[in-house]
Amino acid sequence: MTTEHISNGLIGASIRRVEDPLLITGKGCYVDDINLPGMLHLVVLRSLYPHAKIISIDTSAAKAIKGVVTVVTGAELPEHLNINAQVMFPGQKIPPHPVLARGAVHAPGTPVAAVVAESRAIAQDACNAIEVEYQALPSVQNAEDALKPGAPLAREELDNNICYTAVKKGGDVDKAFAQAEHIVRMHIVSPRQVALAIEPRGIAANPDPMGKSLTVWLSTQGPHRVRADLAGTLGMPENKIRLIAPDVGGGFGSKGPLYREDVLTCYFALKLRRPIKWIATRSDDFVTTIQGRDQAMTSELALKKDGTMLGLKVRVVANLGGYLQSSTAGPPQRMMAMAPGCYQIKDCHVEVVGVFTNTVPTGPYRGAGRPESVLNIERLIDKAAKDLGIDRLEIRRKNFIRPEQFPYKTGVGMEYDSGDYFKSLDKAMKLSNYQDLMRQRDERRARGEIVGVGVSTFVEPSGGAGFESGTVRIERSGDITVITGSSSHGQGHETVWAQIAAEMMKAPMDHVTVLHGDTYISQQGTGTFGSRSAVVGGGALATAAQRVIDKSKRIAAHLVEAAPEDMVQADGGFAVAGVPEKKVSWRQIAAAAYSGKIPQGMEIGLQETCFFDPRREAWGYGAHVCLVSIDRETGAPTIEKLVLVDDCGVLINPMIVEGQIHGGVAQGLGEALREQMIYAEDGQVLTGTLMNYAVMRAGDMPPLTLGETVTPNPFHPLGVKGVGEAGTNGAPPAVANAVMDALAPLGIDHIDMPYTAPKLWEAIRQAQSDRA
Amino acid sequence: MFPANFGYAAPRSVDEALQLLSKHGEEAKLLAGGHSLIPAMKLRLSSPRTLIDLGAVPGLRGVRLDGNTLAIGALTVHADVGSSDLVRKHLPGLAEAASVIGDVQVRNRGTIGGSVAHADPAADFPVILTALNATFVLQSTGGSRTVTADKFFVDYFTTAMEPNEILTEIIVPLPPAGTGTAYAKLAHPASGYVVVSAGAMITRQPSGSCTAARITIGGLGSGPVRAVASETELQGKALNAQNIAAAAAKAAEETDPDGDIYAGADYKRHMATVLARRAIEAAVKRAVT
Repeated sequence: MTTEHISNGLIGASIRRVEDPLLITGKGCYVDDINLPGMLHLVVLRSLYPHAKIISIDTSAAKAIKGVVTVVTGAELPEHLNINAQVMFPGQKIPPHPVLARGAVHAPGTPVAAVVAESRAIAQDACNAIEVEYQALPSVQNAEDALKPGAPLAREELDNNICYTAVKKGGDVDKAFAQAEHIVRMHIVSPRQVALAIEPRGIAANPDPMGKSLTVWLSTQGPHRVRADLAGTLGMPENKIRLIAPDVGGGFGSKGPLYREDVLTCYFALKLRRPIKWIATRSDDFVTTIQGRDQAMTSELALKKDGTMLGLKVRVVANLGGYLQSSTAGPPQRMMAMAPGCYQIKDCHVEVVGVFTNTVPTGPYRGAGRPESVLNIERLIDKAAKDLGIDRLEIRRKNFIRPEQFPYKTGVGMEYDSGDYFKSLDKAMKLSNYQDLMRQRDERRARGEIVGVGVSTFVEPSGGAGFESGTVRIERSGDITVITGSSSHGQGHETVWAQIAAEMMKAPMDHVTVLHGDTYISQQGTGTFGSRSAVVGGGALATAAQRVIDKSKRIAAHLVEAAPEDMVQADGGFAVAGVPEKKVSWRQIAAAAYSGKIPQGMEIGLQETCFFDPRREAWGYGAHVCLVSIDRETGAPTIEKLVLVDDCGVLINPMIVEGQIHGGVAQGLGEALREQMIYAEDGQVLTGTLMNYAVMRAGDMPPLTLGETVTPNPFHPLGVKGVGEAGTNGAPPAVANAVMDALAPLGIDHIDMPYTAPKLWEAIRQAQSDRA
Repeated sequence: MFPANFGYAAPRSVDEALQLLSKHGEEAKLLAGGHSLIPAMKLRLSSPRTLIDLGAVPGLRGVRLDGNTLAIGALTVHADVGSSDLVRKHLPGLAEAASVIGDVQVRNRGTIGGSVAHADPAADFPVILTALNATFVLQSTGGSRTVTADKFFVDYFTTAMEPNEILTEIIVPLPPAGTGTAYAKLAHPASGYVVVSAGAMITRQPSGSCTAARITIGGLGSGPVRAVASETELQGKALNAQNIAAAAAKAAEETDPDGDIYAGADYKRHMATVLARRAIEAAVKRAVT
C-alpha cells in the first residue's frame, strides 16, 4: 500500500483550538444548559448498602409532597427496562441489571426509587422522604477474595462470582518455561480509579407533542451507539430518537455506555409527555459512573540468563463490579491483547477471570486495559534485569521487536503495524540526559538520599472497535461542511477535522464547518474512545475528502475544457497544470455541481461519505523516563523529571497531541501517586467525594519534558496513530520503576500503586526494621 | 446537592444578629464565609431552619493594632489575614497558616471567625491560634466575654461558645522581642485539610536559649493539642538542632490518634514530631533579638 503523507501546511501545524474561545468564556452549551418550558426533574434514591435485599419501600410521604409528579420503584416499572451488556466472551454470565433495583441491590449507589418533580430541589426532598427497609447481605469487594472458597456471592442468582474466563495463547509456553534459566514471578495490582470528568453525567429528554419521537441531549462519547442501546431498551425505533451530544466536559471512557438514569429519564419523558432532565451530582458520579483498572495480575516471565525472554504467563483477575455495563467486560480483553508489550515473546499464555463484586461497575477508563498491561510487563522486565544483573536498557533492547520485523505478529496474535522502539528509547535517553541522571542518582544515594530512575517502553494500540464515518460536502457557496460520526468531548475535533479538510482541499480553515454530535445531522457513527478518532474518524474524513476532490477535479476540467489529468489543486480550487491563471474556484465548482454544468453521466451535487474501517489497529509506542526522590522523613515522593517520548505517527496538530499527552500523564500520575477508590470491608464507599479521593490537580503536576519520533502508519491514508491514552500507559510504570529503583537499596522488591507518602514511609520503616 | 429549605436573615448590626439568634435559638446557624456550612447543608449533614448571614454586619472585618495586641475581625477572610502587613510583620506563623488553607477560592471567601467557631479538628487556624495564645471575643445580648484558645476548643466541632453568642473578634498578643512564630502542615492530598500540623511560638534570649515555647499539634485529636512535653523539654535549653529535635520527638506524647484510609496512627504521630521540629526550627530562625 502506498500512501502520501502530507507534512507541511495545516496538517502538522499547532493551530489553536477553534472551540476554545466559547468554552473558556463560559459560552459552551452542556446538558445542564438545556432548559425547556415545563421541564421536570428526575432525582434517584440510591442504596447505601453494597449488597442487600429490599424488604419494603414506602413512597407515600414522598408522593404527598407538593410539586412531586411521580415516585416509582423497580417493581412498578416495565420489566424490559434493563441495561444490556455486550456478550464479549463465550459463556459470559449476564445477571439482571434493571434500571431500578428489583428486590435486591448489588453495589453501593444502585437506584432503588425514582422521583420526578417540578424542581430538582423538590425531587431531592421527596427522595429523602422515601423509606426503604433493607436486609443486609454479605458482600465482597476484592476480586481475588471473591474467588476464594466460601466467599460471599456478589450476585446471589449465580453459583459463583466468575462472570467469564478467557484465554489468549500462542506458541508453546510450557516448552518455553521448561527451557527457562530464570523465571520472574510477580503479583501486581492496579488501583481502582474514578474517571472524574469535570462535567458529571447528565441527560435531558423532550418528547414530541404527538408522542412519536424523542429528542435527547446526553453527555456522551458516542451518540449513535448509545442511541441504539437506548432504542433497544425503550423498544422504540432508533430513528425516532434524535440524540444530541452538546458540549461534553470530558468522559475518559466513562461516558461511553448507556446508564440507568438515561433510560429512566427517557421513559418518564415519554410516559409523562413532559421534558425531563437528570443531572448527576459529583456524589452520584462517584457511585454510578464506571470506574477503571482494578486488575490483579499474577505473572511469570521465563528468560535465558542473558536476558532473552522465552515465555510469559499471566493470570488476570479483573474486578467487574456488581453489574455489567455494555462494555464492562472489555478492558481485561485489551490487557490480554497487549500482554507481551514491545517485546518478542512468542510463547504466551494469558488468562483473564472477570469477577463480580459488590462494587461500582468498572469499564473503559482512559487506557482501558493498556495501563494494566504495560505496568505488568514493565515491572516484570525491570525485575528480570535486577535479578539477572543486566542493565535495564540492554534487556529491553535485546528483546525489542526490531524495525525490520514489522508488520509483526505477537505471541497473542496481534499484528503491530510499524515502529522503531530503539529510536524512541534512544531519544528518551538523550532528552533525559540518562547517563547524567544515573550519575546524579548514585551521588545522591551516597549522600543518604532515596533516589531512583525508572524507564518504561510501551505500545499503544488505537483505532479499534470498527468503523467511523465522515462526510464532506461542498455547499453551493463553495464553503466546506464536514460531518463526522466521531463526536468530541473535549479533544479538539472541530479544529483537527478542519485542518485535515482545509489542507486536503487547499481552502482556508475558516471555510470549513465541522458538524458532529447529533444523530439527525450525521450519518451513523461509532464515537470517540480508545484513542481512535484521528485514526478512524480521520481516515473516514480524509477518504471522503479525497472522493470530493476527485469528483471536483473532473468538474473543474469540464469547466475549463481541459482533461482531468491536466488539472492540479491550487489555492482555493483547481488550475490547469502549468497555467496557474486558468483557475477554477470551489465556488465555481460548487455552482456547476448543483446546476448541472457537469460532465455527462455525473451525478449532481458535491458530497461524499466514507465509512472507514482500517480492520487493524494502529500501534503507537513510546519510552518514558522518570527521576524520583523520596523524603526519608515523610515518605513523600517527588517526581523531579519526567521525560515522555511518544510516537503516534504523523502529527495533525502537535499542540493538541501535547495536550493529550499532558492529560493522559496527569491521570497516569494520579494512579501512580494518589488516586484510589477504596471500599471498606463492609462495602461502604470510603472515597466517594473529592474530599477523600485525591484526583491530580494542575498544581500537583511535575514539569514534563516531551519528545517525539514519527513513524508514519503505513496502513493509513494520513499516516496517523492514536495518542489519547499514551500518557496513562507509559507514565505510571516509569514512576513505578523509578520508585522501586529508589527503594531497591533498602531491599524493597515491589509495592503496588498509588505511592502515597504514608505508604512509602511505612514500607521504608518496615524494611529498616527487617534489616535491623 | 440541594439543602433542605431554610429561612434567611441578613442583620445590619451585631445587636440585630444577636436578637435574631436569641429568637431562633438552636435552630439557627450563623453564616460567615459559608465554606464549611454550605457544603454540609448541601449534603444535608446540617439542616438549620434559619441562616443568619453576618455578611452585611459592619465592623467585623480587618486587622488592626490595638495596644500590644492584634485584633482580627471574625469576618476577615483567610486571604486578608495572610496578606495583612501587620500579621506578616508580627505573626508570620499566622500568615503561614492562612496561606495554606484550602485553595484560592476558599481563602477568598472563608473567614477566620467561621473557621474558629466551626472547630473542625482538621482546620489550620485553631492550631496556630492556640500556639499564639489567642483570645476570642464572644458577644451575647447579655454583654461580652473572652475565652483563651486553650479553653475554647472543647471537642470535635465543639467550642466554649454558647448558642446565643457570636464570635466577633480574635485577639492575638504581640509576641515579646526575640520571639518567632511558625506553622508547618501536612495537607491531605484530596481535601487540603490538615492530616497533621504544628504551630510554634518560641522566644529566645540573646544568649540563644529558650525562655518560652508554645507548641501545638493539629490533626491528632479532637482539636489542637499543646505539646507540653516538647515545650518543657525546650525550656531553658540552647536552641540548637539537637535540642530542638529532642523536644520535637516528644510532640506526639499527649496524643492517641486514629488511623484512617490515608494515614495510619503511627505515621501521624511520626509526622507530628517531624512537623513540630520544622515549625520550631522556622520559629527560631525568625526569633531575631
